[in-house]
Amino acid sequence: MTFAHRHLLGIEQLSATDITTLLDLADSYVDLNRQSHKHSDALAGLTQINMFFENSTRTQASFEIAGKRLGADVMNMAMQASSIKKGETLIDTAMTLNAMHPDLLVVRHPQSGAVDLLAQKVNCAVLNAGDGRHEHPTQALLDALTIRRAKGRLHRLSVAICGDIAHSRVARSNIMLLGKMENRIRLIGPPTLMPAGIAEFGVEVFDDMTQGLQDVDVVMMLRLQKERMDGGFIPSEREYYHRYGLDADKLAHARPDAIVMHPGPMNRGVEIDGTLADDINRSVIQDQVEMGVAVRMAAMDLLARNRSAAA
Amino acid sequence: MAQTVFLNAQIIDPETKNVAPGGLLVERGVIAGRLPADAPAPNGAHVVDCAGKYLAPGIVDIGVQVCEPGERHKESYRSAGLAAAAGGVTTMVTRPDTLPAIDSPETLEFVTRRAKETAQVNVVPMAALTKGREGREMTEIGFLMDAGAIAFTDCDRVITDTKVFSRALTYARSLGALVIAHPQDPGLSKGSAATSGKFASLRGLPAVSPMAERMALDRDIALIEMTGAKYHADQITCARALPPLARAKANGLDITAGTSIHHLTLNALDVADYRTFFKLRPPLRDEEDRLAIVQAVADGLIDVVCSMHSPQDEESKRLPFEEAASGAVGLETLLPAAMRLVHAGLVDLPTLWRAMSFNPAKRLGLASGRISPGAPADLVVFDANAPFVLDRSTLSSKSRNTPFDGARMQGKVLQTYVNGACVYARD
Repeated sequence: MTFAHRHLLGIEQLSATDITTLLDLADSYVDLNRQSHKHSDALAGLTQINMFFENSTRTQASFEIAGKRLGADVMNMAMQASSIKKGETLIDTAMTLNAMHPDLLVVRHPQSGAVDLLAQKVNCAVLNAGDGRHEHPTQALLDALTIRRAKGRLHRLSVAICGDIAHSRVARSNIMLLGKMENRIRLIGPPTLMPAGIAEFGVEVFDDMTQGLQDVDVVMMLRLQKERMDGGFIPSEREYYHRYGLDADKLAHARPDAIVMHPGPMNRGVEIDGTLADDINRSVIQDQVEMGVAVRMAAMDLLARNRSAAA
Repeated sequence: MAQTVFLNAQIIDPETKNVAPGGLLVERGVIAGRLPADAPAPNGAHVVDCAGKYLAPGIVDIGVQVCEPGERHKESYRSAGLAAAAGGVTTMVTRPDTLPAIDSPETLEFVTRRAKETAQVNVVPMAALTKGREGREMTEIGFLMDAGAIAFTDCDRVITDTKVFSRALTYARSLGALVIAHPQDPGLSKGSAATSGKFASLRGLPAVSPMAERMALDRDIALIEMTGAKYHADQITCARALPPLARAKANGLDITAGTSIHHLTLNALDVADYRTFFKLRPPLRDEEDRLAIVQAVADGLIDVVCSMHSPQDEESKRLPFEEAASGAVGLETLLPAAMRLVHAGLVDLPTLWRAMSFNPAKRLGLASGRISPGAPADLVVFDANAPFVLDRSTLSSKSRNTPFDGARMQGKVLQTYVNGACVYARD
């Protein structure tokens, strides 16, 4: 098993083999996590620091549990309340933490590229837990694991990604991952929420939900990032729900066995119908959360192995 | 007394668009006449043997930011003067976007004095068009001209209120003052850090369409047509802005346009992994736009090539891309970077020198930029072919935010003369 990377900054840097290696290892951690004794010593003696410059509940909890189950010493730093508010620059904060000799640094930051910048300045392995609208690699990996387990494969599937593509790092990482694994990708959303030049990414773009969902195997809904909107991308939430919210009628255009995904947290009644989100025959949203822990365990395990091999 | 002869040179004459072997006689800091290539040196004259290298009028760089007053740690008149001399720039036309802005005769006199005391090249200051560059009230354009302001500009701030701008243009016209503007629609470009397209989308950067430049230029052209003002667009960087520019010129409006050397030699992909030294305003464009702008310089549609020298300290650049400051230093790299266009066969030397020296001087009403008798002996001797790898730690600027660090370049300044006096000689 080889995984020749110092950091996990994005899907862009990974090969199809890297992705498969990571998902295979994650599969074994799903098994571990389902046992009553869920502990391994893969990261015993290592220090993991979670630095979240942007609010997060589920991703931070997922990384924390993943680290603890592998025996790491995990520390959470709520960066919003800390020295960054006192005017310290990102690099100074990183250098300060670096001096405490962490082994794994999990970073979320509201600006694209900030995690790359930080990774250039520290000695430890850095995991990108989301940077601006750039990448969110562990989310794409957990989505991939969920799809692979539900569909039995991760290639030659037709996947629709729906909603606020422009502001979504989840969409970017998923487009890259699903493309590398040779799937057909359809992006659906209002043109105001579609990034420029997106058609050059090897995807099909639709602004009509029923056309876009035609015969797809997987429907990935995105959160409507209300906090990112500086106004005027869509006329109203209710018009958005009418045209782009996923409900049973729209889903009927997808394949009968199509699965429904959402990275959470959901705005029920804005981008997805609440009943559909809870439908255990269609929705794999809870599976995604479970896979998240396993994928993050696998990613940290692989990066830690590289560190000990290099040491 | 005080005669200098330049012998054995390849003389670039941008006025007549000619390159020819020859010599030059300089008396009391002024060009006295051309000499044959093998002319004997007059008795007692100081002889400069150019060893077959190029001799050209020094560069007149419109839009240099020197950070006095306010941020002298980024660039002073002394450090900018050294950088200019090392880059073959003999006249710096300085920007008023300092702290505070140069918007009164008093601040203008301060910078003029600082420049005279410390800079070794000519410094011609511009002043703000509106007080505090806030786009609300025009500055004392008349008094500022009396104090030596050569042109009026709010730099990268766009005057959004068209009533304010049209009145300022009208008033400026009555005094024959040149107004320099930054065509960039402020609404569309708000919050952007890159040019929209595949690359910005891939990197997740907030981006602006190059159409923002076209829109603002269209607006400004309408205002020039209305007011009859003398106008220069500081940086035209995209293909879509060229047809309206060409039409405005054909219609006889008093309009000229410039572009920056960075937009001529780099494109949006150079940002790569969020390299903030490549963050400029306007942002770097796609390759098609870059090539269209190079062609416009070759055709003379774009009149002026400048460095848009914008010093930023390390702290302002060592930040996430969106937060990082915009701008790059360029005084010392303008000539070698411009030689890339010559070596690539895209622009010839006389045309390039029209854009870097003759045209800007003419537009500003300066006597320099020419190599004919009576012009000041502001000269540069350079080797067009000498290769080197740029090491930013060798730059004379206090700020070293150059996008060319580590770049292979060709073209070295050997000597620079201002009013006949040598201000730089490569050892």
